[in-house]
Amino acid sequence: MEAVPHIEVRGLSMAYGEFVVQRDLAFKVNQGDIFVIMGGNGCGKTTLMRALTGLQRPACGTVLYGGEDFWNAEQEDQERLQRRLGIMFQGGALWSSLTLAENVALPLAEYADLSPARVAEIVSFKLALVGLAGFEDFYPSELSGGMKKRASLARAMALDPEILIIDEPSSGLDPLTARRLDDLILELRDSLGATIVVISHDLASILAIGSDSIYLDADTHTMIATGNPRQALQSGDPKVRHFLTRGTA
Amino acid sequence: MAAIPDYDAVMTEGNPDGMPHVSASSAAREAGQRLEMRRVGEDCLLLVLSGRWCLDQLLPTREAVEPALRQGVRRLTFDAVALGAWDTGLLTFLAGVLKVCKALDVEVDQGGLPEGIRRLLAMAFAVPEQKVAGRREKEGNLLERVGTAALEMFRGAPAMLRFLGEITLSFLRLLGGRARFRISDMWLEVEQVGPRALPIVSVISFLVGLILAYLGADQLRLVGAQIFIADLVAIGMVREVGALMTGIIIAGRTGAAFAAQLGTMQVNEEIDAFRTLGFSPVDFLVLPRMLALMLMVPLLTLYSGFVGMLAGLLVSVFIFDISLFEYYNETLRALELKHFWVGLSKGTVYGAMVAFAGCLRGMQCGRSAEAVGEAATSAVVTGILLITIAASVMTIVYYQLEI
Repeated sequence: MEAVPHIEVRGLSMAYGEFVVQRDLAFKVNQGDIFVIMGGNGCGKTTLMRALTGLQRPACGTVLYGGEDFWNAEQEDQERLQRRLGIMFQGGALWSSLTLAENVALPLAEYADLSPARVAEIVSFKLALVGLAGFEDFYPSELSGGMKKRASLARAMALDPEILIIDEPSSGLDPLTARRLDDLILELRDSLGATIVVISHDLASILAIGSDSIYLDADTHTMIATGNPRQALQSGDPKVRHFLTRGTA
Repeated sequence: MAAIPDYDAVMTEGNPDGMPHVSASSAAREAGQRLEMRRVGEDCLLLVLSGRWCLDQLLPTREAVEPALRQGVRRLTFDAVALGAWDTGLLTFLAGVLKVCKALDVEVDQGGLPEGIRRLLAMAFAVPEQKVAGRREKEGNLLERVGTAALEMFRGAPAMLRFLGEITLSFLRLLGGRARFRISDMWLEVEQVGPRALPIVSVISFLVGLILAYLGADQLRLVGAQIFIADLVAIGMVREVGALMTGIIIAGRTGAAFAAQLGTMQVNEEIDAFRTLGFSPVDFLVLPRMLALMLMVPLLTLYSGFVGMLAGLLVSVFIFDISLFEYYNETLRALELKHFWVGLSKGTVYGAMVAFAGCLRGMQCGRSAEAVGEAATSAVVTGILLITIAASVMTIVYYQLEI
């Protein structure tokens, strides 16, 4: 564990106009954690993800990456910090006019001096990692939902990010495909040492991969720190246990 | 529960319209709903529901029960022993009655209702009605809506200027060789805008040229100078009409397509994906489209001018008996190079306007399928509006400069 947490959120509040979605969020994510942000529909999970990734300025508070303040930084520093993130969006968000190979290759344009052959090699390797070897020339519209998510993960990993932020990895996937995606996430954490933030409301997945977590409460519009989801299931806050047991406890 | 035979006070029956209902043979009971209200004891009202209660019938509303409830009733019970088939019609009626009871502070005993109905009602009332913030407010009267729309229009102006600024910065990056986009994207758009638009541009330019020729023929006959049809068509098409027609065609064809493409990318979070990777969506998506239109619309304008002149030629030769040679000479005499420059400059500006409107509306698109449709419509309207404003300004300026 580092002295400085990999990601730290301080006093974060997010609002749409007058309507406050979540207030006073504060949590730390350590290196190598799989940090789960859970909560019901409409509680502000995705809004929090947008604040973490620099897409939507929070109403107040800020996010620190390795001790560096993101929201109060200059634009250049923000872009530098953003490059340390790999993001997998809810629907995949693959660029529909590009093939899978081009999708994964585009972030690599960052390194302008890579030869095309080298880029093709990297792309094939990343696609092979997510089990999509041989799909280089397919367009996103030709893939199934699960393949899109995996391809999106390959793109998120293109620049070997220190932090992977994954929005709803298993929504819209069948249980087995979701499970394989979970295994992939665990594998990435173990082999690359990446810190992973997962936004999810899929119980099986939360309990299988989470090492730390917070619960966003839609009623009180703030968070409950829940620690390891498996422990939270045994002895956590009643509201969180209610959520984790689908309302039976 | 059993009905206590203590009939006093109120006793109404049938539906509020006073439709006669048939007496209580079992077949007739299936045919029509029947609502009876009996006063039981001091302050208790018993609702007896019988017969078939379905949506295809004329069912009573809560108003049928409300007056009876207001007469000092403290408790409401039900008897549904003779109830036949029922559906949402009965449930909405009961939900309405329950709401009235709540407002009047009447205690309700649902014991007399079938199990299924009780459970559905319990489910409907389980989560209290929420005052959700951010819901769209109800639209007011005409005047209010006109006012709101006008304010919205002015509020849109800063967003437009901001976008214009982003595009300008992006062009500066392009000049400095730092803009990141794929040149192949631009050629793809060039193909879409140019060669593929030729058929429609041909047809419309030909017909407009024909109209101009007829218009000129009619007026010029009065002074016996029909040969000047050639001047009118040539200068008209090359300077003004060619560019205007091409601009409007491209606004409908390509402006709408741009808005729909970018709008869909917005819905799919593809534009967010660009942002988080540090790519400027303006460089990557707007710049190639803008360049493609600024390159192709002037060329189409030129083409449109020639097709229009061809139409004028055919009309003059075959209808108004002007010789081919005369028409050709007159056209050459009328056309100066400056007319082409005027037409080309207008084409370039209109192309930029269409690309601006299409991309602006696409980038502003909301996150739903409906919003994509709105963006496409709005792109065409904005595009044509901008073209018309630019056309007026440029015509006045060129006139003043005597070009």
